[in-house]
Amino acid sequence: MKTNENSRRDFLATTLIAGAALAGCGSKSPFTPEDIADVKPSGEMVKLLSVDGEIIEVDKAFLKPVPEMPTVSNEEARIGIPGKKFAMVIDLSRCKNLKKCQSACNHMHHVHPGQNWIKLNAMQEADKTAPYWQPTTCMHCDEPPCVKVCPVDATFKRKDGIVLIDSDRCVGCRFCMAACPYSTRVFNWEEPKLEKAIADQPYNCETSVPQKKGTVGKCDFCPDMVRQGNLPHCVSACPNGVFFFGDILEDSVTNGAETFRFSDLIKDKAGYRLMEDLGTKPSVYYLPPVNRNFPFENNVEAEKKD
Amino acid sequence: MEKIAEQKIIDDLLPQKFGKQGVIWVISLLAVCALGAYAYFRQLYYGLEVTNLRDYVSWGIYISNFVFFVAISLVGSLITAVLRLSDVHWSTPLTRIAEIIAVSAIAFAGLIIIVDMGRPDRFYNLFTHGRLQSPIVWDVIVITTYLLISLLLLYFPLLPDLKIMIKNKERNGKYLQKLYEFLGSFWKDKPEQFKITDKAINILSITIIPVAFAIHTVTSWLFATTYRPGWDSTNFGAYFISGAFLVGSGAVLIAMYVFRTHYKLEKYITNDHFDKMGKIVVLLALIYLYFNVNEFLVPAFKMKKSEEHHLMGLFTGEFALAFWFAISTAMLIPILILIFKKGRTPKAAFVAGILVVVGSWFKRYLIVTPTLLHPFLPMSDVPENYKHYFPSWEEWAIAGGSLAGALLVVTFFARIFPIIPIHETITETNEHEKV
Repeated sequence: MKTNENSRRDFLATTLIAGAALAGCGSKSPFTPEDIADVKPSGEMVKLLSVDGEIIEVDKAFLKPVPEMPTVSNEEARIGIPGKKFAMVIDLSRCKNLKKCQSACNHMHHVHPGQNWIKLNAMQEADKTAPYWQPTTCMHCDEPPCVKVCPVDATFKRKDGIVLIDSDRCVGCRFCMAACPYSTRVFNWEEPKLEKAIADQPYNCETSVPQKKGTVGKCDFCPDMVRQGNLPHCVSACPNGVFFFGDILEDSVTNGAETFRFSDLIKDKAGYRLMEDLGTKPSVYYLPPVNRNFPFENNVEAEKKD
Repeated sequence: MEKIAEQKIIDDLLPQKFGKQGVIWVISLLAVCALGAYAYFRQLYYGLEVTNLRDYVSWGIYISNFVFFVAISLVGSLITAVLRLSDVHWSTPLTRIAEIIAVSAIAFAGLIIIVDMGRPDRFYNLFTHGRLQSPIVWDVIVITTYLLISLLLLYFPLLPDLKIMIKNKERNGKYLQKLYEFLGSFWKDKPEQFKITDKAINILSITIIPVAFAIHTVTSWLFATTYRPGWDSTNFGAYFISGAFLVGSGAVLIAMYVFRTHYKLEKYITNDHFDKMGKIVVLLALIYLYFNVNEFLVPAFKMKKSEEHHLMGLFTGEFALAFWFAISTAMLIPILILIFKKGRTPKAAFVAGILVVVGSWFKRYLIVTPTLLHPFLPMSDVPENYKHYFPSWEEWAIAGGSLAGALLVVTFFARIFPIIPIHETITETNEHEKV
């Protein structure tokens, strides 16, 4: 799992630099003169896809992994992405309990085995009401009870609406876990089982990696992905397009394949938020499980077989 | 109090060396502490993994033990301050017992909170990054204040006694003599000095009452400021305070009996004291019972869905045995014992005191844990052991170690200082004679 992740990262890095090198041929060389002087063409050519969508060939010697992209500072991570207010819409009528969201999230955040930041709750309000699957992420509340009770400002609310955790500051009192009515937070009861390369990275609030022993972790809306203009991992991992993510100020949400006007979607499908009566004002909206794509029962049996 | 000569009072009340029983007592407490320390070392090394706390039940016996310690410490303010300000004199011999219980309990309350932290190495963050809106920070502030005031309330009345002890050199070892001189050699029994300490004690007695209310109200708010069924209650502050006075008074009953029999203090801690403390405990148990009725009957009448699982778990479900045990041992049976005159004899009152304290410990456990097992959303996608809670041996050892530690502090205090104020006892006997 870990190796996959690394090779993926390396591939991205090499592609980036190659793309940049080609795009900027001539005037703006990404290499410093010494770099060019050092590089001797190996004669082995590699095919790459340029940013313009053309297939190009580059000498392998020019492909060098760039150093880790500079991460945002703790101060920037605490402020958030300017001019944005993120929200998620989860369409319950599309959820089949495949848990692809969960496995992608666990994989990308190196969540401790057995624990999950996204939980798939089998919901049934009353005996005679219809059961349904409810993926539960962090609600990124606008009145976050967890942030209110944190004694050291380790968990904080950003201007873009995202609630994050600074694992370098968390004292592990777990008051936030008691305060959260959505039971979204998990604790690192033991030393996280991480590959050394990952464990040695400095902690980044926006990736929530690496998790640290004795501190709290939770769904972070993947602000690192969002900053790069990508979707959170759960959104892109779901094959049924259950998760929509977007900026409320732009009034649009997307699951990668479909894009909706946020306000229309909520209006047309009667979107709602969990435990509205508590006054936490979540940023996650649910669309009710009507006209479902999948029956509930089949998946209960699948669940049992697991 | 019958007439006793001054020298006799001094001889009776000066601290005594540990006898054989005392040594066994201290060694067994030390052994429990050592086991607790070993368990804590394991916890530091492996992380909170060694506990059976998990994501749902993330607070367990450490936190219930913390609540218990804070609760028991409130008795210091009751006996020293409330009774002093209401001009009650019979409680004089009990003030120091109550005050050392308060000091030792509140100190261990602070320690157990650090034990519960996932990152005790970052404790200083509470000061460098502390945020005033968090009830934890309020707790840190009021607990430190309470510890400080309690220490002063322990120290000031000790000054005249220190002088007596310094005078009785032959009874002290070299180090104890040095300690007494360090603490009290400036005390000359001058009238001005008495005037200053009297005034200081009065001021402290007045200030400690709101601080005492604050420590336990804030402790209750650690729970009541959340949304959870069983904690989301406006009754919590008063409910906690009344329970705190009860368990503290129960502890005083136990300590009175132990000191009286062990140090042969029958003339100073008299049957009359047990009679009066017994009545106080009955009153406090009735008040606590009243708040319990409020706490459980009102939500049970409505049976909101979110409360239902929690309440039924307590009344008839998995916690029923512990719940009814706690209600009856902490309140009902002690009331039944102490309401009768025969029940307020030393031995019976001692038994009632033990029931109160044991029942109250379980009561705190039941306040913390069952609520966490009934979250709003179903417990899903977690390993099976996340859905239950029973403390691991490390948790028991650490909690037991902290209780033993608190008892050790009280024990050593009684070894080093007179557990009954000598000077005040002499003054009161003289005043008594004049009347």
